[in-house]
Amino acid sequence: MAAIAIETRNLHKTYRGGGREVHAVRGISLSVREGEAFGLLGPNGAGKSTTFGMLTTRVQPTSGSMRVAGADPVADPVSVKRRIGAVTQHNTLDRQLTALENLEFRGRFAGLSVRTARQRGQELLERFGLGDRGDAMVHRLSGGQAQRVMIARALLTRPAVLFLDEPTSGLDPQTRVNLWEMLREMHAEGQTILLTTHYLEEAEALCERITVVDHGRTLASGSLEELTSLKGGDSVVSVVHEPGTSLMNVLEPVRRIPGVSRTEADGATLRVFTDRLHGVVPAVLRASLDAGLFVLDVSVRRPSLETVFLALTGREYRE
Amino acid sequence: MTTQILRAASEGHAVPPATAARRALRLVRPFLALLARDVRVLRRDLGGFVLRSVTQPLLFVFVFAYVMPKTQGGGGATPAPGGVSFATILVPGMVASAVMLQGIMSVSTPLVMELSYTREIEDRVLAPVPLWTVGVSKIVAGAVQACVAGLVVLPCVLYVHAPGQAPHVSLGRWPAALGVLVLAALLMAALGLLFGTVVEPRKLSTLFTVMMVPITMLGCVYYPWAALDKVGWMQWVVLANPLVYVSEALRAAFVPGVPHLPAWAYLGVLTVGTALVCALSVRTLQRRLTD
Repeated sequence: MAAIAIETRNLHKTYRGGGREVHAVRGISLSVREGEAFGLLGPNGAGKSTTFGMLTTRVQPTSGSMRVAGADPVADPVSVKRRIGAVTQHNTLDRQLTALENLEFRGRFAGLSVRTARQRGQELLERFGLGDRGDAMVHRLSGGQAQRVMIARALLTRPAVLFLDEPTSGLDPQTRVNLWEMLREMHAEGQTILLTTHYLEEAEALCERITVVDHGRTLASGSLEELTSLKGGDSVVSVVHEPGTSLMNVLEPVRRIPGVSRTEADGATLRVFTDRLHGVVPAVLRASLDAGLFVLDVSVRRPSLETVFLALTGREYRE
Repeated sequence: MTTQILRAASEGHAVPPATAARRALRLVRPFLALLARDVRVLRRDLGGFVLRSVTQPLLFVFVFAYVMPKTQGGGGATPAPGGVSFATILVPGMVASAVMLQGIMSVSTPLVMELSYTREIEDRVLAPVPLWTVGVSKIVAGAVQACVAGLVVLPCVLYVHAPGQAPHVSLGRWPAALGVLVLAALLMAALGLLFGTVVEPRKLSTLFTVMMVPITMLGCVYYPWAALDKVGWMQWVVLANPLVYVSEALRAAFVPGVPHLPAWAYLGVLTVGTALVCALSVRTLQRRLTD
């Protein structure tokens, strides 16, 4: 059993101001083992970045407890910062410096000598295919290059945990796939990684374990297999009808179709949860037609994080 | 060992001094690195820095200590008390205003950007040092720039003047002048840190016109404080302006013959005031950096 790298209990963060209270995080508990690639998945505004901020010492929790790389981010932020590397969502590279200088100074801020810092920086740039870009000023780097320099900068101090907040947000598809490859390699070498993402496929592609969050709360946690078998084990058949259609007359007959575990009416969209697709799709269609409804579109989704989210919240996942 | 210290701390004993010292020592290198970063950036733009520091004072002395006396047939732009040339009054004033301008602007302008558009500050926030060191390093780096600006401006204002209008300045009390320069630079850089932390980016230009211009015009840069007795109320109002104490302290060092504020007044403000503004600005930045 691997040791625990990150543990949080019932984390809360409430922002107060202007007479209003915003509950960004209301009870997130997670546990990340050493060497694990862990994903915090949720739509925009779910509280992921706030949680990320608390874990990386930038945000003070309102209540709850945390332990990151063996230290408490609230009581001993310096020790935590010494042991982690964090890549924030925005390009926070120092624009007055070159790529290599960005790495050099991160190392020196952590107490490394100039020589060690520059040497490690050059090695990391080479590893990330940026060996010849060390002298480039930050504004000369492309989005993908800047992101790689940010990751290199976070790795410079050889952190126990690497934090990434929405690492591929805003990158083109090719660059994203390349970055995934890089992260997979690091993970294979034993690097503990916690990433937040609102891309379902990113969590599926990279993470061994995933915590799904929405509205500041944990919805479910587990491996992809656990999550899909636990909640979203069903495939989802969605039948879209003409806008304004009432589904009253079709729900009952559909529910009686063998293999259907649950039905849901979402406006003019009928959603059918089933553990077998064979025979169910035509039967559902027939029920719609028999009720005299006009069908515009039919889609089938196999068990995935998307169906898990749908099953947990009753809402389509919005990225 | 660690548990011993923890126990000692929890039982209310003082932490062994060796540990505290070691902890402080561990901060020295990162702190120097924070400064080195600013020096590296400054070095890259040395020409721009000198230009920013020198242009305004140089033009000012050119117009008022060279052009004006010439056009008025050698009378000087304004009659100064005790028959002192205007250039003499200007030397300490111009150095003081250069220190003020560079001290405030070199810290506040980049900080406003780092805190908003670029969010670069997150890089410094994640450096494994306590947050207060980030603020202190910005003050020190800004103060270094302010000192250099003052030292660069000094020869300009000493040597640009019309014939017969040379400033009568004694450089003999240079240690006092240097001490004042350092304190003033710290004070102004700390004010820059405070402004940079609280001013919104879109109000940055307002800061310049509504704060910096009045501070300069009403900062005893172009006239000694004692001469204001002819506008009695103003003599008291300007005492709220920190630049007054810098100008007067430098005047006392460079031109002791001209009447100036008593030493206890300017030294008091430059020491106690600087310490207070440093503490306040570092604290404000620290708050701003933690959500």
